[in-house]
Amino acid sequence: MAELAVEVTDLGKRYRVGIGADYTTLREHMNGMFMSRRAVRDDDEPRELWALRDVSFSMQQGDVLGIIGRNGAGKSTLLKILARITEPTTGAAGIHGRLASLLEVGTGFHDDLTGRENVFLNGVVLGMSRREVQSRFDEIVEFSGVSRFLDMPIKRYSSGMKLRLAFAVAAHLDTEVVVVDEVLAVGDSEFQRRCLGKMSDLQRSGRTVLFVSHDLGTVAQLCPRTIWLAAGKIHADGPTDQVVSAYQESFGAPEIAASLERASGGPVRLDSVRLVAPDCAALERLRRGDPFTIELCFTNRDTVMGLDVGIYLEDSRGVRAFDEGLSEVLGLDADLSAPGAHRLLLDVPAPLAAKEYVVGIWLGTRTEDFFNEPALRFEIKPALEDSRDAIVKSRVLHGTGRWRVMSP
Amino acid sequence: MQVKPSAPPETVLPDKPEREPAVGRQRGGGPVREVPRTAWVVNRAPTKRWQGVDLAEAWRYRELAYMLALRTLKLRYRQTFFGVAWALLQPLVALAIFAVIFGRFAKLPADGIPYAVFVFPALCIWTYVSTGVSAAALELVSHQELVTKVYFPRVLAPVSALLPGVVDLVISLALAGILMAATGVTPGGAILLLPMWILLSCLVALGSGLWLAALNVRYRDVRHTLPFLLQTWFFVSPVVYASSLIEDGWLHVLFSLNPMAAVIDGLRWSLLDAPAPPVYDILSVAVTLLLVVSGLVYFRASERKFADVI
Repeated sequence: MAELAVEVTDLGKRYRVGIGADYTTLREHMNGMFMSRRAVRDDDEPRELWALRDVSFSMQQGDVLGIIGRNGAGKSTLLKILARITEPTTGAAGIHGRLASLLEVGTGFHDDLTGRENVFLNGVVLGMSRREVQSRFDEIVEFSGVSRFLDMPIKRYSSGMKLRLAFAVAAHLDTEVVVVDEVLAVGDSEFQRRCLGKMSDLQRSGRTVLFVSHDLGTVAQLCPRTIWLAAGKIHADGPTDQVVSAYQESFGAPEIAASLERASGGPVRLDSVRLVAPDCAALERLRRGDPFTIELCFTNRDTVMGLDVGIYLEDSRGVRAFDEGLSEVLGLDADLSAPGAHRLLLDVPAPLAAKEYVVGIWLGTRTEDFFNEPALRFEIKPALEDSRDAIVKSRVLHGTGRWRVMSP
Repeated sequence: MQVKPSAPPETVLPDKPEREPAVGRQRGGGPVREVPRTAWVVNRAPTKRWQGVDLAEAWRYRELAYMLALRTLKLRYRQTFFGVAWALLQPLVALAIFAVIFGRFAKLPADGIPYAVFVFPALCIWTYVSTGVSAAALELVSHQELVTKVYFPRVLAPVSALLPGVVDLVISLALAGILMAATGVTPGGAILLLPMWILLSCLVALGSGLWLAALNVRYRDVRHTLPFLLQTWFFVSPVVYASSLIEDGWLHVLFSLNPMAAVIDGLRWSLLDAPAPPVYDILSVAVTLLLVVSGLVYFRASERKFADVI
């Protein structure tokens, strides 16, 4: 008989924003005290912000729950409250047993200490006793693969080694509830595979896991149930398939327009993203197998050295069907640095499976992102001759798209 | 939604060391293992404004304070040339200066004890308290990543900052012993109370450290106030002079509001067989206790905002 492992009731967290939010010196506080209430109020800005509001859910022991939502939806606030790093303003969050978060790998690591010393320090910081660390020490070291350098200060480690050691400690915490946040996005692919393997181990060993990620594909793989947080509230809570596809659908026109708007502040303005036929004629229909082209128009406000463009297609479960950068294909031949309007065409190699997709656009340089958001949603209808099988079968493209730069 | 009535309020983390022998435990995560029975830990919205720090919980996490202190100790003398000798260098140099200025030039009375011997133990304990207070005050802020990323009873940060100094204190008090032996000063029976005065000095450092640590999270003014504060505190404490210098009456009452008065008087009494602490020192001890209790309450009240404002 499964028992409750996590119980969250009416959870709310309020932050004060604007004037009077954070007095960091005494003088400012004094000013705040003596300033008339009226003067403070004159400001039209809202004075408080509910990062979480009325959030309630519960998990049985052994449940694996995905949490998705856009930036600022309250995911990290929720995790912080579950981990007791901060107190809620309303409600309560109960955890049965101990909670470890894999989001804070390497917390407490000190560069001047050796690998061995850091394992113990980090283990205790994350809530293990020294005895527990001792008893799992060999496992941790083996998992990290840095055994030869254990008595060397970690400042001489490569960043990859540090990360592996840190993750190894966190992954060997023996707690009832585990929170995982985006950690899997770091490290080389071999290490990521081991992390994913460790995740499945956790699941099999009956641990309760909360998994927070932007990578909808992984969420869909690992979690049977998902909660979608939006503006601090639970927008949907149910089977992952349904929640993730509803979430994908939310990238509809209004939000995309808003994100295009937001991006207009940087040195590059994204003007439009359209689907067209390869000859740039309007696209009349889009069935499986029909060739189509993504047309992208943007304007450089200035010379933007090293500007590069990436385009990806994601299905409603978040699985990437296509993901390519302009410079990967054309190398240095593509120069988009000139100021003014640019137009870019990408012929997507057919055929993609018949389903819904989101087109995501990335505009940036090696060091900076100007735009990185979903920008367009479309659906490929089944071809007339398709059997039911062919419709559902997902196809991931590894082929190269044909890029055409139509700059002025 | 249901509110779970069975969840006990503010319950505890399972004891870490004691939890080890859970039945059915398998190393390595293996196949399905029996999840050990553990208590609910509830993070709920505060209902009371003022409440004390949960000392029982802090005690269960004591290993963390120990590890943090160990880290400080290990790092302090790593890559230094003089190593642990630094623990002695500071009070010794100060002693030389004070012995010349106050002992020789100003000829401050020293209850009939050679001036250097009279000053040195007080200087040691003062050094411990002052470095402890400033370390405790700055500990939380200098370990922001801990505060914003993991849970632990926050009170352990200032506490752990007080521990490394104890090592220095013991080393320098041993040196004081050598100094006494060399000058023929012997302790009386009050030497048995020595641990009590050291403990009292820890409480002084803890009380002030808690206040300043909590304040420093919010107001970074503390960092700038500290040197000035400590300097003033040094001169109103009977380090370079005897408290018998203060005339009886309201002035001595005022003087005894200083928590360090009792610590230093008591230490001299125990170690150097100086006159027993005056009755005024009861006030000094009371102030210390008040400082610790109020420090715990204030720390708890501001603790809940640490992660948000730090």
